[in-house]
Amino acid sequence: MGAAPTRIGQQDPELVERTGFSPEQINNLHKRFLQLSGNKDTISRENLNDIPALAYNPIKSQIIEAFFDKRNQHDSEVGSLEEITFQQFLMVMSHFRPPTLEMTAEEKEAMRKEKLRFLFNMHDTDGDGKITLEEYRKVVEELLSSGSIEQESAKEITDAAMLEVASTNVPHMGPEDFYEGITFEHFEQILKGLEMESRMHIRFLDTATVHCGKS
Amino acid sequence: IHAGLWLLVSAMLLCCVSPLKAELKNSQHDSHSNSNITGISIVSFKWEHVKAPYIVAVWVLVCFLCKLVIEANHHVTSIIPESALLICAGFILGGIIWGADHQQTFSLTPVVFFYYLLPPIIVDSGYHMPNKLFFSNLGAILVHAIIGTCWNAATLGLSLWGCQKGGAMGDLDIGLLQYLLFGSLIAAVDPVAVLAVFEQVHVNDVLFILVFGESLLNDGVTVVLFNVFDAFVTLGGAQIDAVEIIKGIISFFVVAFGGSLLGMVFGILMCFLTRCTKNIEIIEPGFIFVVGYLSYLTAEMLSLSAILSCVFCGVCCQKYINANMNENSVKTVKYVMKVLANGSETMIFVFLGISAIDKTIWVWNTGFILLTLLFIFVYRFIGVFLLTWPLNRYRLVPLEFIDQLIMGFGGLRGAVAYGLAVMMDEKKIKEKNLMVSTTLIVVFFTVIIQGILMKPVVTWLKVKRATLHDLTLIEKVQNRVFEHMLVAVEDISGQIGHNYFRDKWKNFEEKWMMWMLMKPSARKTQDHVFSVFHQLNLKDAVEYVTEGERSGSLEFIRNDSVLIDFKKKLGDDMLEAMPDVTADTSFDQGIMLRDPVPSVSLEMHEQTMNGLREMEDLNSHHLLQEHLYKGRKQHRHRFSRNHLSINTDEDEVQEIFQRTMRKRLESFKSAKMGMALPKTISKHTKKEQQKTPNGKNRISVDEDYEFSEADSASGYDPSFTYRAGGGIENPAFMADLDPVVPLQIPPWLAEAELDSGGVAPSQRAQARPPLTAGDLRRLAPLRISTQSTDSFMMADIPDAEQRRDSFDLPPPPPPPP
Repeated sequence: MGAAPTRIGQQDPELVERTGFSPEQINNLHKRFLQLSGNKDTISRENLNDIPALAYNPIKSQIIEAFFDKRNQHDSEVGSLEEITFQQFLMVMSHFRPPTLEMTAEEKEAMRKEKLRFLFNMHDTDGDGKITLEEYRKVVEELLSSGSIEQESAKEITDAAMLEVASTNVPHMGPEDFYEGITFEHFEQILKGLEMESRMHIRFLDTATVHCGKS
Repeated sequence: IHAGLWLLVSAMLLCCVSPLKAELKNSQHDSHSNSNITGISIVSFKWEHVKAPYIVAVWVLVCFLCKLVIEANHHVTSIIPESALLICAGFILGGIIWGADHQQTFSLTPVVFFYYLLPPIIVDSGYHMPNKLFFSNLGAILVHAIIGTCWNAATLGLSLWGCQKGGAMGDLDIGLLQYLLFGSLIAAVDPVAVLAVFEQVHVNDVLFILVFGESLLNDGVTVVLFNVFDAFVTLGGAQIDAVEIIKGIISFFVVAFGGSLLGMVFGILMCFLTRCTKNIEIIEPGFIFVVGYLSYLTAEMLSLSAILSCVFCGVCCQKYINANMNENSVKTVKYVMKVLANGSETMIFVFLGISAIDKTIWVWNTGFILLTLLFIFVYRFIGVFLLTWPLNRYRLVPLEFIDQLIMGFGGLRGAVAYGLAVMMDEKKIKEKNLMVSTTLIVVFFTVIIQGILMKPVVTWLKVKRATLHDLTLIEKVQNRVFEHMLVAVEDISGQIGHNYFRDKWKNFEEKWMMWMLMKPSARKTQDHVFSVFHQLNLKDAVEYVTEGERSGSLEFIRNDSVLIDFKKKLGDDMLEAMPDVTADTSFDQGIMLRDPVPSVSLEMHEQTMNGLREMEDLNSHHLLQEHLYKGRKQHRHRFSRNHLSINTDEDEVQEIFQRTMRKRLESFKSAKMGMALPKTISKHTKKEQQKTPNGKNRISVDEDYEFSEADSASGYDPSFTYRAGGGIENPAFMADLDPVVPLQIPPWLAEAELDSGGVAPSQRAQARPPLTAGDLRRLAPLRISTQSTDSFMMADIPDAEQRRDSFDLPPPPPPPP
């Protein structure tokens, strides 16, 4: 497979269909995939961990984990993989496609949902469909760890954010009830204001160009 | 009502204007006759001395009054934009002046406009520019501002010239160059007009920044174009060769980019200045205005683009100076800027209206005027579509067709065009008046007609509107997650994109720019998530107190920041210094720890109250001070120009607070029980019995019941001070709630009972309204659910207690016999 990387797009029209990438983009991504994996068929966590540009990213571990998460493969399975193939790599990447002008409102909505789901899965590390305070706190702590904010403040910020979620979604909560965690519906509700479909995307190159961040 | 108001205004104006005129003549006469009189006149009328500033001040007042009247009628401003109404007000004022004088004495002169009215608006727009949005759309903005403006100027000039050749306008003495000059002055979309209209429509952010950013930058461009063509016209057609044209093009870029660069230099200068204004905080905001204005004037002096210079000065420095200056200064800058900008805007529109009422400038040429209007409208649309088409191929989120329509429709012309038109030299351009009047008509048409239509069009086309809510904390956090995620995915997929550059820039900024331009202390608080968090906390705290006050309970004070502050500062020192109150303090600390409500918000709150924090070296000497009421202090600095803080002394605040609470307690008690006195006495005795072993306490309790000035003496007793300061324990109040405390119970236990009883009413009060305070409470169960152990170790205790209370309490126990 590694011998003829340039033809993978043409070889697999189904891949184009499923991920929504153009053959050129798939080509480029495949080159990158081979570069990362060292010309192997699969990528492991270590491969991604070794990318130098990622070193200073505070949520590095979450991102890498997201690539190995079965839920992001459009299957209903839960759990995580040890290694991913190029196809799986593409599936994860496809969450970051930009919307196009031709898309209908329903398609946009679907795309938005998909992107939100990806984000949700990133937070929901144990895969029970709820982001608990613990899970959320972990993300926020790592997120803020780079700045000058102390651990304690990060905790409190999480608490306040969680409280916000609880109060927007369950407006009348008795003192005895407690809020277990953010469900996907709530998550969607909270992030209504963020224009997910137009913001969560990166530019995938169409033509063969120089790659950066050599590993 | 409407007509009445207008009548009122016009009557007032007549009063203002015509007497001024009359007085003017009189005073001239007076001064003439005065010169003959020898001796001292006791009162003299010196109109000539104050004439110029007086007229200016009166005009400012009149313009503001117009705005006041207009804004009082909401049903009108919701249909017709304010700018259009202000112009109409200008018509009326102009009519009055014309009626009184038969000539237009007041009109908008280029000097006044470009040196006094425009700079505040530009400084304001630069300073309040949403930077991230601006820079992420900079490409599109630049394309529209530079190429779009040139396109508008060229097409309009050429088409009008063509039409004249075709004989559509009769006999006019205008050459091609003059047409191009006219085209360039009228090409630019005006920031003042655009902002005035778009502010009321609330279109989505991207669309707004595209139109607004374009209008800001293309003002610079249009001034440059105008100057180039003006030079060409002066040279005359024959002298212009390729060299001159190339010079013109070069000067265009030098002027535009030089201006921007100069602005950045001034911006950095401003950052440095605010870095060292620690000791003169009171004039700190002044620097911003002066340096901003200087950037404008300097650019003008060097014949660079003043508008661009001013914009970039604001854009560059806003982040750093906001971090450097103290909070009050930031607010001052913000408000003063808005006052100036809004005031100038009002005056510009009013004077545009006034200037129009002048017979001498009006030259009518139907063909010229109508064709100009038509071309401007049509070419604007064509220009937008033409330029957006290639842009859309590179934009990740393409501009939709509807957005482009609105961009085209938002091409409002304004006062800049008029100012430039008036600046034209009559000797060189024979038809100057025709051009001025056409410019006025274009301005009025676009501002009034397009302004009025803008809202219906936006609604009709279903343009995406801006979301009008503040970002919630979770959204901020999510935004942050976003940024990092996008960068990471770009890294993984090996592409260099916007996010990559943004990340690199951010690193660079954090490393170098902040180090250079920011105070060390300011760098810490630069986090956005943190600041949102801080604001939310402040809001929470305010709402919480309001809530407590509304529900008429004293109990909210228990959870208020005052208490927490005391805990933090007093806690340790108290333990060491005052062993005899240890039991009390530690107990109350316990309460505070267990209290689920404020720990989220108030610990942070505490951190931000840095003024209070500095007092950590609190000792018993300070405690002594606490009750000595120093009322005079309040007035000490009021007349001082250096210190604005009126009442920041904490002792005093505490003292006043206590007094208020005590008063309130009295009224509360008497209202509740009907008769307060016997209750107090009985409680008094009981307390006395309880605390007899503790001699000091006894005194304090005694004094507590006197509610008199003399109780400052109780300041000697630390335990009382502490309590009263927090407003936490007023034994008389407790007695009503849980009076059946057996006497043999040791004091600390007794108080435990009292305290837990005291929590209850507030709980009931909180249960009613669904907002804030109630929300805060909800966090407690939440924490339990996740078994978190940090900072809420004792969260379960109050919960259990409260639950018990909510069952126990509703029938309040009978008062003790």
